[in-house]
Amino acid sequence: MQTALLIEQILNGLQFGVMLFLMAAGLTLIFGVMGLINLAHGSLYMVGAFACATVAAATGSFWLGLIASLAAAAAAGALIEVTVIRRLYDRDHLDQVLATFALILVFSEGTRWVFGSIPLYLNIPPLLSGAIPLPGGSAYPLYRVAIIGVGIAVAVGLHLLITRTRLGMRIRAGESDREMIGALGVDIRTLYTVVFALGAALAGLAGALVGAIQSVQVGMGEPVLILAFVVIVIGGIGSIHGALVGALLVGLIDTLGRFLLPVALAAFMGPSAAASIGASLASILIYVFMALVLAIRPRGLFAAAG
Amino acid sequence: MSRETLISLVIVLALLAIPLWATAVGETFYITLATRMAILALAAVGLNIALGLGGLVSFGHAAFFGIGGYAAGILASHAFNMEPLPFGLPGTNAMPVIWATAIVASGLVALAIGAISLRTAGVYFIMITLAFAQMIFYFAISWPAYGGEDGLSIFVRNQFPGVNTLDGLTFFFVCFGLLMAGLLLFSLLRDSRFGAALQAARQNERRLATVGIAPYRIRLAAFVISAMVTGVAGALFADLNRFVSPSMLSWHMSGELIVLIILGGVGRLAGPVAGAMLYVAFEYFLGGITERWQLFLGLLLLAVVLFARGGVVGLLAGKARHG
Repeated sequence: MQTALLIEQILNGLQFGVMLFLMAAGLTLIFGVMGLINLAHGSLYMVGAFACATVAAATGSFWLGLIASLAAAAAAGALIEVTVIRRLYDRDHLDQVLATFALILVFSEGTRWVFGSIPLYLNIPPLLSGAIPLPGGSAYPLYRVAIIGVGIAVAVGLHLLITRTRLGMRIRAGESDREMIGALGVDIRTLYTVVFALGAALAGLAGALVGAIQSVQVGMGEPVLILAFVVIVIGGIGSIHGALVGALLVGLIDTLGRFLLPVALAAFMGPSAAASIGASLASILIYVFMALVLAIRPRGLFAAAG
Repeated sequence: MSRETLISLVIVLALLAIPLWATAVGETFYITLATRMAILALAAVGLNIALGLGGLVSFGHAAFFGIGGYAAGILASHAFNMEPLPFGLPGTNAMPVIWATAIVASGLVALAIGAISLRTAGVYFIMITLAFAQMIFYFAISWPAYGGEDGLSIFVRNQFPGVNTLDGLTFFFVCFGLLMAGLLLFSLLRDSRFGAALQAARQNERRLATVGIAPYRIRLAAFVISAMVTGVAGALFADLNRFVSPSMLSWHMSGELIVLIILGGVGRLAGPVAGAMLYVAFEYFLGGITERWQLFLGLLLLAVVLFARGGVVGLLAGKARHG
């Protein structure tokens, strides 16, 4: 029984990590190419979840909702890039933080205005509503396995996009020398909009996928955003590989910490004290991990050059 | 008297005038509003030491604000319940002791956070201070002893020797006095040798190192002092609301503190005061008209960042003499 529970928790950790990767990949890509810190990334996650929930409720199809989430988040991303973000590229980080913080206020209040404060619910599609058996007799929800699959597919896809395509070549060139690729005739403004919309679409996808497990509500993006920051700080800002490794580490450490710490502490103290102290310690575990990584490697595990 | 000094004076006197006017016309609610302005201004003055003088964009100052608040809440709750603290120390409801505790506690936490975060710079620093503040936020939520997610009430406002802090106007003067002390500290620091080194570290780190001053220690000291001032403001804020909750530690609070400084003017003496007055007034008047005031705050903020850099003080007193 205990092993089955452990396997289940490891899978939960992987699923959480994969989710964080979808968020962190966009953040780190945007920072790597444009040098921009985007707090409003969590709002794009929320936009994706709301678009999916609305379209799925209207049409009855989760899959149409998923497409809508990608489209809506990418469109919202492109819109804010053209209207606001574009003006921030050569500003200092303080201005970027403030302007994107302002965008969060606008997105959150705007969404609350349109949809109200009551959470929406999104059903898992029937195709994925089953469970797969685990060794030891328990079962694991198929939907969560599918999320892990989507995450792996996105990671592979991004890797191929960046190493094998013309767009990826331009992204890499933009990371190393943006003036040079401008001089070589690449339309940087469009490239930036495309990269931003790509990152936004990934965030929207994450929001839609998680929306079916949790409730869809205003403010859902912010805790995820901060965890995604932790992920890219651990992985090294600007590195997609770092984001993947960091996301899986954070997902596993957080999930397993919540599961194992109370059990481990119960060996020393009463069960109720172990449960409460264990929960408190588990909630700060990933930050302690981040501090440790930074103490050893201040620029993260996979620091990009420069 | 330079133009900026004059404008600083006008801003501070305007803040002082609000509760006096409110008392004269019997609108005591505005005293609370002015007290809120003074306390948030003090918190932002603290952040302005790190952000304005040192260029350290701390996105985690809510941690120190909240720690100050919890210092007040925890000491007062032990005094109220007559329970000793660890090591047999008694609780207290004397403000000076609470402030000292808030200063020490936020200073120590800032030392730990700063020592790690200041190894990095730029975006890393922003994200790491945010992450550490979030760590303390989650800890406060999951630690059940002092209210956890529900927060902790302070049943009777804490006392300052010799005055009656239950009176709104008196409590305003206590807060205003501390704000003046904070502004004095800011201006002394800014004009000191330490302040010169700190500002030089912001402007050109390599040059500072060339003349033999290590930026790391200077920045760490500034970060700790900055946190201490914000911590005192947190203790006052808890006393104003007679309530402490994890929301004081939330990252929205950190964002708000930065917003106050930007609205007022980064690195300017009276910037945080002007910013806090504007913010609280905006929150109150627009909040009275529409529930969606944060939407308009967001739009205003976007406009300030994109088009009106320098904030209120910058608008009134012109650009700062030194970048």
